[in-house]
Amino acid sequence: MIPSFLQLKKNSKKDKSGLPGYRMVLVGDCATQHIAQAVSGYAYEEGIGLELLDTDYDQIFAQVMDPDSELYQYQADAILIVMCTEKLYEAYCGAPVGDRDRFAAEKYEEICRIWKRLQEYSHPETGRKMKILQFNFAEADDRCFGNYANRVESSFLWQLRKLNTLLMQGAQSEEIYLVDISYVQNLLGRKQFHDEKLYYLAKMPFSTEALPAVAREVIGIVKAVMARIKKCVILDLDQTLWGGVIGDDGLEGIQIGELGIGHAFQEFQLWLKELTKRGIILAVCSKNDEEKAKEPFLKHPEMVLRLEDIAVFIANWEDKAGNIRKIIETLNLGIDSFVFLDDNPFERNLVRSMLPEITVPELPEDPALYLSYLKELNLFETISYSEADQDRTRQYREEAGRTSLKQQFATYTEYLEHLGMVAEAKPFDAFHIPRIAQLSQRSNQFNLRTVRYTEEEAARLAEDDRYITLYFTLRDKFGDHGLISIVVMKKEEDTLFIENWLMSCRVLKRTMEAFVVNIMLEEAKKADAVRVVGEYIKTPKNAMVEHLYEEMGFQPLGEGKYEIMTAAYQKHETWIERGE
Amino acid sequence: MSREEILKKVNDIFHDVFDDDSIVVVEETTADDVEDWDSLMHITLISEVESAFGFKFQMKDVVGMKNVGEMIDIIQSH
Repeated sequence: MIPSFLQLKKNSKKDKSGLPGYRMVLVGDCATQHIAQAVSGYAYEEGIGLELLDTDYDQIFAQVMDPDSELYQYQADAILIVMCTEKLYEAYCGAPVGDRDRFAAEKYEEICRIWKRLQEYSHPETGRKMKILQFNFAEADDRCFGNYANRVESSFLWQLRKLNTLLMQGAQSEEIYLVDISYVQNLLGRKQFHDEKLYYLAKMPFSTEALPAVAREVIGIVKAVMARIKKCVILDLDQTLWGGVIGDDGLEGIQIGELGIGHAFQEFQLWLKELTKRGIILAVCSKNDEEKAKEPFLKHPEMVLRLEDIAVFIANWEDKAGNIRKIIETLNLGIDSFVFLDDNPFERNLVRSMLPEITVPELPEDPALYLSYLKELNLFETISYSEADQDRTRQYREEAGRTSLKQQFATYTEYLEHLGMVAEAKPFDAFHIPRIAQLSQRSNQFNLRTVRYTEEEAARLAEDDRYITLYFTLRDKFGDHGLISIVVMKKEEDTLFIENWLMSCRVLKRTMEAFVVNIMLEEAKKADAVRVVGEYIKTPKNAMVEHLYEEMGFQPLGEGKYEIMTAAYQKHETWIERGE
Repeated sequence: MSREEILKKVNDIFHDVFDDDSIVVVEETTADDVEDWDSLMHITLISEVESAFGFKFQMKDVVGMKNVGEMIDIIQSH
């Protein structure tokens, strides 16, 4: 399932042109050549053209502290900092016994200094900071105290665990991502993870066998940084969410609950429920009569998932690929952000061949293994989390409600009028910064220039008076969409340049685009700007907005740029009221 | 497994590790005879032989083996 190290090594010789590029520099306190090979090879496996500079052995400080070092000259997007438990232990042994209860704190400070320097010295001309991917420490104990080490603050075990906790507390700035090496070791077991002789002879902290699993974690984070994240899981029902067949076995006959085989399905549902709390949307696509299919969600006492956990529920006898297309249309999310889970190999292959962008895991035959298999795939890596995530399923359910209302009106305009939409437009403020940064990280389709912000960058823009920042919210009679669009305009003499405009696809075709343009022009008048200039930068995913500026009455200037004159501007008609 | 069978299997591992199907190893083959057989590749080779034959080399084996023949001696002893 996971590629072997040899496969990854072979990948590093393959042609990377045509793949989206990413530049990374690697520093480490141990031998890193094999790690570099595995990481590059894994990137290729995931369709990323990684350019990786592997610096010399044990040169972290020399590289980081010298502003002219090759590390900074490489202009990397990210730095991978590899530190190993074995080196940590050597340092621990060198510390006087009396100082050891402060060992973790001191090591942590040292790592913080490295992070700080990296952020000061990287990309001074653009202000964009290099992402930092920091390895944490695989747990190992010297057993000098045995289990008693758990009671001794100066023991290596205590200090190592404390250091991992300090790293978690410290990696709160958005430029810093921890690579959970400790998890990898837990997954494989230390005997498989670490090959003693390779460390003694070659200073390699990981066995050859462990390298692909280590690389998978690194590339998982890189994918999330590149906004390649999963947002929705589409679920089959019979034999996937419960054991048995609801149509044949009936409500009492299906297996779900604490006893027997049903326990595996219950745990699986618990996990899916946890995913919804972290912002992943669930949908159902099942070959069943709809009423039958919904029965367990409504009536079975031991079902964990309930109908309100499912954003879109499709049960009929049509083919699954067609039904999945309907789900994608309703939710309006990028097709590559969907995962489809089905126990039936025929359905999986059908969906794979009809919709190749969707991730279709090869679920094991035994339901006991569903969970551990899916966890190992690490499909839900993310680089942000905010409270709004907990609410996402509800928002998408409301959306499905709107869709059915739409069908009751003769004209679309009538429907829009009936929605009673109210939008807010306000400059960035501290309260909304997390959601603003997150939206800029997640949006791929309705995104004119695909400029991404970290929270810090967004906060900086809000303070900078050369910029006009705006966030937009939208609500209607069905509910609140929350913050759905952001605009950043830069004042350039008598022009406002739209440096960033993106919008959540959930609110397409609501005249929200026109509302945003109206506000832009209002701001332009206030700022005494003669014109507003926008730009469209093409990516593989944003074809949706290729002609947006023209549709909004802008004149093309060539090379993807468009302008509109403030004086001549006629307000667009919208069905949205401006609220406070 | 006979020496010949082991040699053949080892030769296949060389093809895989060095990504070169033209390599032909014999008992006398040393690191000098195979392009790219450096210390880094040696580690990968060791790991692959271990997983193919299901045993672990000792440290002295890793640093001490002079040629493919000695590698086969060690494999045979397991």
